[in-house]
Amino acid sequence: MEEIFGIPTPLLFGQLLLGLINGAFYALLSLGLAVIFGMLNVINFTHGAQFMMGAFVAWMLLNYLGIGYWWALILAPLIVGLTGVILERTMIARLYKLDHLYGLLLTFGVGLIIEGLFRNEFGSSGMPYRIPPELQGAWDLGFMFMPIYRGWVVVVAIVMCLATWLVIEKTKIGSYLRAATENPALVQAFGINVPRMMTLTYGAGVALAAFAGVLAAPIYSVNPQMGANLIIIVFAVVVIGGMGSILGSVITGFGLGVVEGLTKVFYPEASSTVIFVVMAIVLLARPAGLFGRS
Amino acid sequence: MTDLNRRGLIGGAAATAAFGALPSRQARAQAANTIRIGVLNDQSGPYRDISGPYGVQCAMQAVAEFGNRGFNVEVVNADHQNRPDVGINIARQWYDQGVDVVIDVPTSSVGLAVANVAREKNKAYINTGSATSDLTGAQCSPNTIHWMYDTYMLAKSTGAAMVRAGGDSWYFITADYAFGHALERDTGNFVRSAGGRVVGSVRYPFPATTDFSSFLVQAQASRAKVIGFANAGADTINSIKQAAEFGVTRRGTKLAALLMFLPDVHSIGLETAQGLVLTESFYWDLNDRTRAFTDRMRPRMRDVVPNMASAANYSCTLHYLKAIADMGVAASKASGVEVINRMKAMPCDDDAFGAGTIRADGRKLCPSYLFEVKAPRESRGRWDYYKLVGTTPAEEAFRPLAEGNCAFLRT
Repeated sequence: MEEIFGIPTPLLFGQLLLGLINGAFYALLSLGLAVIFGMLNVINFTHGAQFMMGAFVAWMLLNYLGIGYWWALILAPLIVGLTGVILERTMIARLYKLDHLYGLLLTFGVGLIIEGLFRNEFGSSGMPYRIPPELQGAWDLGFMFMPIYRGWVVVVAIVMCLATWLVIEKTKIGSYLRAATENPALVQAFGINVPRMMTLTYGAGVALAAFAGVLAAPIYSVNPQMGANLIIIVFAVVVIGGMGSILGSVITGFGLGVVEGLTKVFYPEASSTVIFVVMAIVLLARPAGLFGRS
Repeated sequence: MTDLNRRGLIGGAAATAAFGALPSRQARAQAANTIRIGVLNDQSGPYRDISGPYGVQCAMQAVAEFGNRGFNVEVVNADHQNRPDVGINIARQWYDQGVDVVIDVPTSSVGLAVANVAREKNKAYINTGSATSDLTGAQCSPNTIHWMYDTYMLAKSTGAAMVRAGGDSWYFITADYAFGHALERDTGNFVRSAGGRVVGSVRYPFPATTDFSSFLVQAQASRAKVIGFANAGADTINSIKQAAEFGVTRRGTKLAALLMFLPDVHSIGLETAQGLVLTESFYWDLNDRTRAFTDRMRPRMRDVVPNMASAANYSCTLHYLKAIADMGVAASKASGVEVINRMKAMPCDDDAFGAGTIRADGRKLCPSYLFEVKAPRESRGRWDYYKLVGTTPAEEAFRPLAEGNCAFLRT
């Protein structure tokens, strides 16, 4: 069998593919973070908890109301996005004039409270959530079994990332948003309701996290700390990509998924640290991140 | 880094709450006649549902059943967040502030670290939550009792059953810390001595790993007949869910969950978990006594039933209090080793684990049960998940005393 660095080639291909799949989650989550930071200048530490809420809302919809995966994919982001809107209106909006640190501390605290409440109610070992029947099964690629559901996750993540990028870069609303970030007073003078736009942007960023949560529910254990485990990596992704850069966070998300996947083959013990090593190197060479503007 | 801050905050709060429960200066006279039991476990992380608040409740149930026999008993608790440094700090402060025994302490790295603190301060320490067999082996201590299970017992029961069923080549997916290493080592030894071989293993970072697909695909590529999961809690749940997703068992590969508790099965769901074999030393529906114990626990447990880890807190607390009543509070406060020796000298008996003994090296002996997870159609409802497929008697379930190389027994 052909080998690269002592690893059989088919196995390596498999790992690259798996890395891309994990990268899809990193990309989706860091996308929401980047949108929020780019527009609101708030580092949203509640993001992990909101990802978890997405998964839990999907579980609740199924178990309490009998609503399945497909509707959950639409409803859960809406419901969690609405909680984000309320959070932004009642708390975060008061902090825009203050230093970044206040927003960070507030969202950090809110995230802890949400996780604590869910842990108290649902315990820590998690809830079962099945893959929808339409997406069960796997393709035999020769070098590995590729679960259909994972393929679906990658496709949806790419579509979602593209759509978000298009909305922000190519539409009128997107141009208002970008303008409001640069000079909110001027945009407001044109008759655009900037505070409402900020609120909706935060809601949309949160909805993206919840959407990723629903996608993750059938794969990972739906438990209160599922977001806390991922969010640290996702923050590193955003920092490496360049704070607030949407394209940067998407490309970095997929790229780091692959780097992590390869580390899992060559030196698995380091697979949780490799991303931070990359972060340190990137920050030394380019303090604004790979795609950020200093 | 963020994780450290976050968990540090929780830990500080938990420790403060725990110390708040200790008596004030005015109560000093009363304090001399009060036994304090510290339940130290994971209350916010992956092992919370295995013991956590339920483990605390089980210890309190034992105190309630023991009643007042001339001394007061207080139970304090704290969250060690699965971090040895946090665990050591809390244990040290507890012992210094008058806690007489620390119990529970899951997560082997923390369990071993706290054992050293207990020995240094000559206090009693009963570990029910950690799995590593080193607690009564290479790192044994005259201050420690290891209550209901260990990696050797799991390896012998589950590992041997898998080899007997034809699984003679193994690949391990191992959590990279003391527990995972011990479980892999002990199971590997059984596999080899039964004529099987270990074709490979992968060690993943704990507790930062949620995706196991990469390791599962590597395991599959090794062509091993059995994939052994030397992990626990949420990691085992994710491993098994993802193994089902990736069709790992399609080519006849078998999965061995070397340590799995009832709440884990609940979380995976019977659909995915059915047919798995696993080892526990307690199951709520095992016999009349375990059912009676479970019924008594219900008011304290919401919709959850006790599992082997939380039930062990009940069992060890009861036995500890019997020993204190036997030797007197003053004598027990003078020396932790003496308390442990008294516990070893007395036979144990309670509803959760039945009759048992404690060996000189601190190993509590009880039978180990091999269970198979029921199919959804066999289950009569919530928590009816296991059928008993084998029993190893107490005297055969654990590593023989001589093989443990426990140092303090040689001197």
